[in-house]
Amino acid sequence: MASYDFLFNALGLRDWCDAGSSTAPMSMADLIGKTKGADAPAASFWDFPFPSMDALNHACGSFPQSRAVTKGLEDGFLSIKDGMSVVLDPITQPLSWFLEGALWLFATTPWWIMIPLMMLVVQLVARSVALTSFVGGCIALLAFIDYYEYAMQTLAIIFVCATICVVIGVPIGIAMSRSDKFQRIAIPILDMLQTLPTFVYLIPLIFLFSVTEPKLYGIAIILYAIVPVIRLTNLGIRLVDERVIEAADAFGMTSRQKLLRVQIPLALPNIMAGVNQTIMMSLAMVVIASLVSAPGLGVLVLRGIRNLELGVGLVAGLGIVLLAVILDRVTKAALARVNVAHQQ
Amino acid sequence: MSDEIKISIRNLYKIFGPEPEQALEHVRDDMDKTELLEAHGHVLGLKDISIDMLAGKITVIMGLSGSGKSTLIRHLNRLIEPTAGEVIVDGEDVLAYDETQLRELRREKMSMVFQHFALLPHRTVLENAATPLDVVGVPRSEWEDEARKWLERVGLEGQDNQHPHQLSGGMQQRVGIARALTSNSDIMLMDEAFSALDPLIRTDMQNLLLALQEELHKTIIFITHDLDEALKLADHLVILKDGMVIQQGEPQKILMHPNDPYITDFISDINRARVLRVRSVMEPESGPRSGLAGEVDLNENLETVIAMSGGDTNLSYRVTKEGEPVGILSVKKLVRALVPSAASDEGIRAKAS
Ligand SMILES: Nc1ncnc2c1ncn2[C@@H]1O[C@H](COP(=O)(O)OP(=O)(O)O)[C@@H](O)[C@H]1O
Ligand SMILES: [Mg+2]
Repeated sequence: MASYDFLFNALGLRDWCDAGSSTAPMSMADLIGKTKGADAPAASFWDFPFPSMDALNHACGSFPQSRAVTKGLEDGFLSIKDGMSVVLDPITQPLSWFLEGALWLFATTPWWIMIPLMMLVVQLVARSVALTSFVGGCIALLAFIDYYEYAMQTLAIIFVCATICVVIGVPIGIAMSRSDKFQRIAIPILDMLQTLPTFVYLIPLIFLFSVTEPKLYGIAIILYAIVPVIRLTNLGIRLVDERVIEAADAFGMTSRQKLLRVQIPLALPNIMAGVNQTIMMSLAMVVIASLVSAPGLGVLVLRGIRNLELGVGLVAGLGIVLLAVILDRVTKAALARVNVAHQQ
Repeated sequence: MSDEIKISIRNLYKIFGPEPEQALEHVRDDMDKTELLEAHGHVLGLKDISIDMLAGKITVIMGLSGSGKSTLIRHLNRLIEPTAGEVIVDGEDVLAYDETQLRELRREKMSMVFQHFALLPHRTVLENAATPLDVVGVPRSEWEDEARKWLERVGLEGQDNQHPHQLSGGMQQRVGIARALTSNSDIMLMDEAFSALDPLIRTDMQNLLLALQEELHKTIIFITHDLDEALKLADHLVILKDGMVIQQGEPQKILMHPNDPYITDFISDINRARVLRVRSVMEPESGPRSGLAGEVDLNENLETVIAMSGGDTNLSYRVTKEGEPVGILSVKKLVRALVPSAASDEGIRAKAS
């Protein structure tokens, strides 16, 4: 006898219940209940159980147990998995190539080309000698303690993923700014991408792609890091001074001219702020992605945890902080330059 | 040529709100702005506006803030769509235009100057001035000289590579005017173009506009809330209140014969001696006459005549037009004209306020 027998009896479903009881899988609670011999109605009103799926299953064998939910989801996913793989695999294949290519390029370019090249890029973007020498110093420091290779791997991954985020995210943001309907649909999705715990991303991806493929972590990083650039592109374009837009209309600009000559240039400070956040979030995710074979400093952090190598973990952590500071400073300096050009 | 109608607005209505068509019925039944808003949640923007704007003249639309001036001027290039009515430019119904025709109109026939300048902040002064040419795809090498020419014409030499934020308000608006001129359009729409500027700079800009107009003879629609500015610039003055035209005509006529207490109130504070012209006060008479103290041109203002007469109200002057006698002006009549007309009696003014 179970607490909810009365319910099924009252509904006249007893026959249906008994018919299914023998085929129902045994839940853990059932097993525990069996051993304790506790499969009986609650002793007092105080212990009366919530009508959960498992409680109802006690009373009626045909009623599904709660694990049917997770099992169902899993079965559902597995059944569409093959279909999805057929479609997604080829589409995402270039991502693997890009990542492999970038990793190869960053690894094979000799340090005496790579370090000056990076300093040159920083100088061009930020126009600040102080910042350029700071970046040079940081990388030299990492190289000095033999972390150069790992740092380059991390940078290569961020380089590819952040670029793809911008290439995909900016157009999505523009589309959102032009259609309120699309914005209404997109915002909950972006909210979900941003709040979903990062590890949860990885679970379905592991089923879909082979763990040895770089695109697995590539997709995880992009999904996580693309959100700010989309949001801020949308916001930036929506915030463009209406009076300037009106002037553009009054002089007969087409909507394309308006977008390219007015809206995007005026939204640039916000778009750049989005790019900055996207890069920082790529860095955060690339560390977590080392769980699914992403190379770089994250691997050392992981080693520190697994093997309790305190020093390795801490130094790798500091290396990540240095990279974060570099990336943040450089993008912020670029942003500041854009802002100066946009003062009203 | 001088009386050719360039733009004609016929029975234009604009109602803001979710169902303007329905609200329009109420407005046609003479419901007023406040009642429409309270009872039906719609804003009456414009009500039954009909104005003819002459080619080569400055039509000034004046009214207090919220009277519908910006709404009205934006109907001319259809930045705002009307609820009912017609807008005819050069004999063509602008409201029937499709998107392409409308773009042509905005690119070639009408240019606009804005209260808050609305320059592109990321472009240089030269690039801003060249906007209309850039929009139609003229390459930089060809527009540079044209844009520079107009920048010089508005008094902005050597600022080509500045950005708008580096300029003062007055200079930014000069760029705005240069931008409108570069388009080489017949019609120039100016929405409170000088309202955001300091008084002295504003006077400069008004003079600049008049000087340009002397040379270019554009059809200018000028919006202002400032009566002095309106009187200074207007060939044709339209006074707007709560979305309705309450009087329109030659500014001098409106000054001499205001038809509404609202206008009387409006014009009661101005320096009439400075804005009224001899032609508005003289009596037409060209025959010979003795005892005249001298000659004045019919476009002189009354201040000049008062100075000439030294305050002697017994004098009379011969009024001339291009040297030919056209009338007589007696200083007595002049002094009477300085008192705001009978409509401004305290009683009516009290009722108006
Ligand atoms: N988009 C709009 N929606 C609702 N009401 C509007 C809108 N635009 C203007 N109005 C209203 O129309 C009236 C006239 O506005 P406007 O033309 O800007 O006046 P002005 O330029 O003379 O100050 C005001 O009462 C204003 O609140
Ligand atoms: Mg206005």
